[in-house]
Amino acid sequence: MREITYAQAINEALRECMREDERIILLGEDIGKYGGIFQVTAGLLDEFGPKRVIDTPISEAGFVGASVGAALTGMRPVVEIMFIDFTTVCMDMIINQMAKMHYMFGGRGTVPMVLRVNIGAGRGAAAQHSQSFHNFFMHIPGLYVVVPSTPYDAKGLMIEAINNDNPVIFVEHKKLYAEKGPVPEESYSIPFGQAEIKREGKDLTIVATSAMTLRSLKAAQEIAGQGIEAEVIDLRTLTPLDKETVLNSVKKTGRLIVADESHKTCGVAAEISAFVAEEAIYYLNSPIVRVCSPDTPVPFSPPLEKAFIPDEQDILTAIRRVMEYS
Amino acid sequence: MKISKDKLISIYSTMVKIRLFEERVSDLYAKGLIPGLAHLYIGEEAIATGVCSDLREDDYITSTHRGHGHVIAKGADLKYMMAELFGRKAGYCKGKGGSMHIADMDIGILGANGIAGGGLPIAVGAALSSKWRGTDQVTVCFFGDGASNNGTFHESLNLASLHKLPVIFVCENNLYGISVSQQMHQPIKDIAIRATSYDMHGDVVDGNDVIAVYEVASRAIRRARAGEGPTLIECKTYRLRGHHEGDPNLGSRYRTKEEIEDWKKKDPIRRLANRLISEKIVTKKKLETLRNQLLKVVEEAVDFANGAEFPPIEELYKDVYVGEDKKK
Repeated sequence: MREITYAQAINEALRECMREDERIILLGEDIGKYGGIFQVTAGLLDEFGPKRVIDTPISEAGFVGASVGAALTGMRPVVEIMFIDFTTVCMDMIINQMAKMHYMFGGRGTVPMVLRVNIGAGRGAAAQHSQSFHNFFMHIPGLYVVVPSTPYDAKGLMIEAINNDNPVIFVEHKKLYAEKGPVPEESYSIPFGQAEIKREGKDLTIVATSAMTLRSLKAAQEIAGQGIEAEVIDLRTLTPLDKETVLNSVKKTGRLIVADESHKTCGVAAEISAFVAEEAIYYLNSPIVRVCSPDTPVPFSPPLEKAFIPDEQDILTAIRRVMEYS
Repeated sequence: MKISKDKLISIYSTMVKIRLFEERVSDLYAKGLIPGLAHLYIGEEAIATGVCSDLREDDYITSTHRGHGHVIAKGADLKYMMAELFGRKAGYCKGKGGSMHIADMDIGILGANGIAGGGLPIAVGAALSSKWRGTDQVTVCFFGDGASNNGTFHESLNLASLHKLPVIFVCENNLYGISVSQQMHQPIKDIAIRATSYDMHGDVVDGNDVIAVYEVASRAIRRARAGEGPTLIECKTYRLRGHHEGDPNLGSRYRTKEEIEDWKKKDPIRRLANRLISEKIVTKKKLETLRNQLLKVVEEAVDFANGAEFPPIEELYKDVYVGEDKKK
């Protein structure tokens, strides 16, 4: 199968959907001629024109809110927020409007829209362009939260997100945009709420999200040389959450590491750890270990930023820790 | 502008309908029969009525926390409204939204909104949508003087003017953002002048004169429908009740009794009634009959709400997502 990058895979999903459904429109900052800050919308202005690929003013609350209004009245907007950090200036539109309308109006009205954001440090962009607070959105009922780790998943999940009648937060990762992988040329979708076991193993379970999946796979491969077989589960969507796949794996291995890039306190890993403790604590042979970003802002200086990012070394340390218990 | 006799009577009826509905809400609230919050529109009825009287059923509105008047003027059914205020399953939102979130997509009510300034971008989006879909629907966005200081006001006016969208921004300047007077929250007197910054048409109108509101709004609606872009209309008005039912002494902690009495003399319903009678368009008796008929409609709504069931507990978990009932 041909290989394309994660950014190209999302671009292809957008293009295929836009060809099939003229209600799909794109809005965002610098998504037209510039092609998006990470080139995810490159070439789409040329194919679909300025009526469907709209460069917006720097008015996140304005254009996210406008997308909510457009979605309520028959359109299917896909919105790019340049960095997840910038959702903070339009949080009312996301949390109080987009996420709540269907419920608050008693089922009257739907808001079929996708909000594309990206997470991840590692580009020397410091504290306001490097955050990974996708966990905020997992906390809010009414939103679906998607965290693809591969080009294949990115395309299939984006097509599913666009065709879904609910608001979806589509969480991309800056360090994955250039990663290549096999992607079918035809259209396909991946249902929400289906985690994928990316590597099977009997000794411990690593539940991972987004780029942490790749880092976990590297760590698992390395530790396999020492005779330890780690199972790596990629959640793929945080909401809905595939608890069943996680619980089945934990019941099999008896050890759990959760690897996610949001801050440790009240992060995604905290939630995964909590539900496993609630539902399967007697299957555990060791404490649960979380591998997360520390509870600090993202620093600029390269050695500090490197220390901030949870990586395969941190996962290896966690593996050795859970394996100390028999 | 020549307005037909039927139209004038219909305008009068709508204003009275809003007033009677809310007077009943005030009464029920005082008796503890309505839970939660009620922000009444009493005194401002001319604005929603004047603007919505020239809208079609398929036009859109976005409304505010003080939204009963807007949705009644757009055609909402008092029975389902009252049931919603009572928290009953038969209400517009199955009792899950309450006073601040009444919506009916079938008649273009895109929802009242509990966040000051929250409806502005949504209105812009509805207008973008009708332009994209190639219809001639217009969107009216109601908001208050308080919301005109929110970033969403500026972002929305900019976007609407940039894309020449069919949206009419109707600012109900009732002189107070809750308790803070206009002179304490912004350095200008006429909010409509802010239209200039966005190369948009701006109008100031006496918001207690329903005919004046109707005329200004009709021109803006005509321009919007013809693809000539948005308008900002500022309606000067006053709420005759407190910020919400329960605001002590009609909000006299921050407003003088004299000021409230002065504005009572400008009551928009009495003004129109006097005009209709003095110009011999209708008799006093006819207006009295109309009022009695509407009182009956309001009482029917109260009876309907009282007789309606509360939502079953399972309803808590429904409508979180389309096509999936969230389990506990």
